[in-house]
Amino acid sequence: MSMNREGRPTHTGTGADINATGAALLPNEPLLFEIGDTHHSGVDLPDVEISPDRLGGFERKSALDLAGLTEPEAMRHYVRLSRLNHSIDGGFYPLGSCTMKHNPRLNEKMARLPGFADIHPLQPVSTVQGALEVMQQLSHWLMTLTNTAAVALSPKAGAHGELLGMMAIKAAQEARGEGHRKVVLVPESAHGTNPATAAFLGYIVKTIPAREDGTVDVSAVKEALTSDVAAIMLTNPNTCGLFEPQVIEIAQAVHEAGAYFYCDGANFNAIMGVVRPGDLGIDAMHINLHKTFSTPHGGGGPGAGPVVLSEALAPFAPVPFLRKDGSGLELVEHVEGEALGRITAFHGQMGMYVRALTYMLSHGADGLAQAAKDAVLNANYIKARLAGVFSLPFPNYPAMHEVLFDDSFLDGTGVTTLDFAKALIDEGFHPMTMYFPLVVHGAMLIEPTESESKQTLDQFCDVMLDLADDARAGNSERFTAAPLKAPKRRLDETRAARQPVLKWERREDIPQAAE
Amino acid sequence: MRYLPHSEAERAEMLGVIGADSIEALFSAVPENALQKAPLDLPSHAAEFMVEAHMRALAARNHAASDGPFFVGAGAYRHHVPASVDHLIQRSEWLTAYTPYQPEISQGTLQMLFEFQTQVARITGMDVANASLYDGSTGTAEAVLMARRLTKRRKIILSGGLHPHYRDVVRAYLKDDPHLICLSPSPEGQGDILDRIDEDTAAIVVQTPDFYGHLRNVKVAADAAHAKGALLIVVVTEVVSLGLLEAPGALGADIVVAEGQSIGNSLNFGGPYVGLMATKKEYIRQMPGRLCGETVDANGERGFVLTLSTREQHIRREKATSNICTNSGLCALAFSIHMALLGEAGFVRLARLNHARACVLADALERVKGIELLNKTFFNEMTIRLPKPGAEVIETLAARGILAGVPASRLVSDDPAVESLIILAATELTSDADIAALVSGLEEVLA
Repeated sequence: MSMNREGRPTHTGTGADINATGAALLPNEPLLFEIGDTHHSGVDLPDVEISPDRLGGFERKSALDLAGLTEPEAMRHYVRLSRLNHSIDGGFYPLGSCTMKHNPRLNEKMARLPGFADIHPLQPVSTVQGALEVMQQLSHWLMTLTNTAAVALSPKAGAHGELLGMMAIKAAQEARGEGHRKVVLVPESAHGTNPATAAFLGYIVKTIPAREDGTVDVSAVKEALTSDVAAIMLTNPNTCGLFEPQVIEIAQAVHEAGAYFYCDGANFNAIMGVVRPGDLGIDAMHINLHKTFSTPHGGGGPGAGPVVLSEALAPFAPVPFLRKDGSGLELVEHVEGEALGRITAFHGQMGMYVRALTYMLSHGADGLAQAAKDAVLNANYIKARLAGVFSLPFPNYPAMHEVLFDDSFLDGTGVTTLDFAKALIDEGFHPMTMYFPLVVHGAMLIEPTESESKQTLDQFCDVMLDLADDARAGNSERFTAAPLKAPKRRLDETRAARQPVLKWERREDIPQAAE
Repeated sequence: MRYLPHSEAERAEMLGVIGADSIEALFSAVPENALQKAPLDLPSHAAEFMVEAHMRALAARNHAASDGPFFVGAGAYRHHVPASVDHLIQRSEWLTAYTPYQPEISQGTLQMLFEFQTQVARITGMDVANASLYDGSTGTAEAVLMARRLTKRRKIILSGGLHPHYRDVVRAYLKDDPHLICLSPSPEGQGDILDRIDEDTAAIVVQTPDFYGHLRNVKVAADAAHAKGALLIVVVTEVVSLGLLEAPGALGADIVVAEGQSIGNSLNFGGPYVGLMATKKEYIRQMPGRLCGETVDANGERGFVLTLSTREQHIRREKATSNICTNSGLCALAFSIHMALLGEAGFVRLARLNHARACVLADALERVKGIELLNKTFFNEMTIRLPKPGAEVIETLAARGILAGVPASRLVSDDPAVESLIILAATELTSDADIAALVSGLEEVLA
C-alpha cells in the first residue's frame, strides 16, 4: 500500500496506475471513517451538564461511533471526493431524458436569501407573504406555459408528481362512481416510473406497443380503451425524442372513453413556450423543475415535480394550496370538499420554487421558447452529423430535444452500447442514456440541451464518429477495456449485488464470510 | 440571452447542416393548431440585476427566523449549519452532477452516499440505511407499504403522537383503506397503541419525541408489536435527538424513518428536506429507494456503485418496491458533511445543548401564570396549554416580532381539545434573551 504525504493510504488495490496523467490531482480518497475518529470535531460547542429528570430514562446507552473531522480535514475530504465526479459545469452531460442543462448561479444566490432559506413552514402566514407570492407567481408561469386550470406545487420530484396526478384521476373517477376503472395504459417507451406509479395505486398496467416509426399507435390505444380503463400515461415528446403527432386524437379518444390523459412532462424542455400541453388535451402533467427549469440535480435530487391539472381534475388537487384573501394570500392546509389530502409534510420544495422562478424571470417567455428551440436545434444537429454512421431507428420525424440511436451500427464489431458509452468517458464526455427506452435494441439516447455551444457539439460529434470508425475497424480494445482514464475502471456490479456491503464496518466487526 | 450560447449565425449554420429552413420546421410533427402563435402573457427576459431585485423584494416580505426570537418546530428545526457545509455543496462537482449512473465518473457522490448510509445506520442503530428519500413524511408512508410487503398483513396503526402531516400523507397514500387505523391526537403523551395490535397487524407507527414533544417508550412498543408478529416503525422528526436518546434500533425498531433536515439543511419553508430510512439487514430487498454498495473495479480497487436496483422502477417497472427515482442527494450530502464535522463528540454535545436550552425554556414557561406545561419528558420541544386559543396568541406575538411556536390547531383541525395548545422548540440557537422576550410577551398577552 502506498502512502501520500499525509500518511494516508492512497491505494487499496493492487492494479496498475493506468491514469498516469493527472493522477496526482485525483487521489483515491479514504472513507470518512478511515480518516476521522470519534473525538475530532469541526464544530465548537460547549459540553453542558444536563439532568436526567426530563429524559424518562431514555438516554442513549448504545455506541454512536461517528467519525468526526475538523474543518480543514472536512474541506479536503469533500473537495477530493468531489473531483471524482463528472458534472455539467465540468463537461458535456448528454444524458437522454435527464435534461442536464446549465444551473444558473443567480438561482442559488436567491434561494439562499434568509427571507427564503431561513423561514419555517409553520410560522404564521402573515409573516411569509413573500414566500406565498413566490408560489403564486410560479403557479402563474406554470399554468400559462401549459394552458391549464390549476397547479399542485407540492410534489417532491417527478415520480411524486406522477403519483399525485394519478391519485387525482383516481379520486375524480371514484367521485363520479367509476371506481371500477382499474386499467392504466402505458406505452412501452415510457419511463419506468409510469408503470411503477400506476401499480403503486393498485392499477393494472397494460402496455401499448410502439409503432414502427417510434410513435404511439392511435388505433392500438383506441382498441385498448375499454370501459375499465382509468387513464393513459403518455410521455410527450416521447422517450424516443419524438413529438407524438396524433396526440390530440389520442386525447380525444381517451376522453370519449371516459378516461383521463396523464402526460409525463419530463420532456417539457423541448416545447416550453412553443406548445401548451393544455391545448393538446392533457388532464394532468408533472413538470420536473430540476430538468426544465434548471434547478440543480445535485447528484440525485432534490427535485420538484409540480403537477398542472385540467379543469376536470382541479377540484382534486391536494393541500396545501393558495387562495387570494383580500390584500394577501392565504394557505389552505386542510382538506375541503374533494381535495386529496396531503402528499407531503408542509408545502413542497420551496427552495426549488425560488430557483425555478428566478430562472423563468431571467429567460422570460421569449427566452424560454428560444431555449426550447435551441434544445431541439442541438439534438437535430447531432442527429444530422451522426446519421449515416450511427443507426437511427426512427428517421421519419425530426428529433425534438433528444435523439435516439440503436446499436445496429455496431453489429459484428463485438462492441456493445455499454462498451461504447464507457469509451466516451475516456474522451471526457459523460455517456448518453443507455438501454433506454426499451423499444430499440441497445438504445443510445442523447439529449444535449440548449446550454451547449456549437463548438462543444462538434467536439462531441467528432469523437462519436471517431469511436464508430474505430469500433468498425476492429479496435475493440478501446471499448471493452474502457474506461482507462477515469478515476476508476469498470466496477463489478454483480459482486455489489450478490454480497451487499452497504455501510463501512471496522475489519474486526465484519463476520468472516465463508467464500 | 446569457444562458444560450448560440449566435444567429451559428443557428443558421447548424440549420444548414440539418437541412432545415428554420428551427420552426423542426417542429413539423406538432399539429399546426397546437403551436403557440400569440405571445404568452408573461414578461420577457430580464437582466440578472433586475431579477435579483424582484426576488429580493419578495424575500424582504418574509420574517426570517434570524430576525427575532424563534421557537417554531413541529417537524422542522432551526439549527446552525457550519459555513463550510454550504460552501462544499455548492461546488460544481456536487451541485451539477446527475444521479450516479456511471460509477467510474461518479465516485465522489457514491462514496459520499456510502458514508451517509453508514452515518444513518449508526445514529438509528440499524443494520442498513438507504441513500435518502424525499422527506420524513413520505418516508413514513413508504415504510408502511414496506411493512405490508414484509408481513403480508394489512392493518397499520398510527399512534396519536405521530406528526399530523405524516398521518395525512400515509392516509393519502393508502386512500380509503379500511385497514389503516389512525389514533386520536394524544397531546398528553398517553400511550394508546399497544392494546390495538393483533394478528392482522402489519406494523405500528410510533414517533419519538412525539409531535407534542413527549418521549415515547420504544422498547415497550417493540415488544408488544413483536409479540403479535407485527413490525415497529419508529419515526423521528428531530434527528438531533438521536445524539442524546437511545437508538431506536437498540430498542427493537424494525424500520426507522427520520426527517434529516436538522443536520446540514436550512428550514427552506418546508423543503427540500431529506428523508432517512434504515432497517434490518433481512429486510433490505423490500426497502424502497437507492442503495449504494461497495465493490471493486477491474483493477481490484475499492469502489462504489448503486446496487440492488432490481427493487427499483427503472428495472422492475410495475413490480418495483416504490416509484421513487430522484430523491434528496444534495440534502443528503449536506447532512453527511455536517455530521462529519460534528462527529460523535460534536453530535452528542449538540444534542445535550439542545436539551439544556429546552430545559431553560420549560422552566421559564412553567413560571408564567396561566401556562401549563404538558410534558414530563421532552428532548427539545414541548407543548403548553394556554387560557386562550393558541393561534390567537401566536398571531399577537408574531405581530411583535416573536415567533412563539406552532398552534396545535394549525395541524389538528378537527379537535377542539387542542385549540389552547402551542408547541415550542428550543435549539442551540435559542438564547436567554430570546426566552426572556418570549416570557414577557406571553405574560402581556395572557394578562
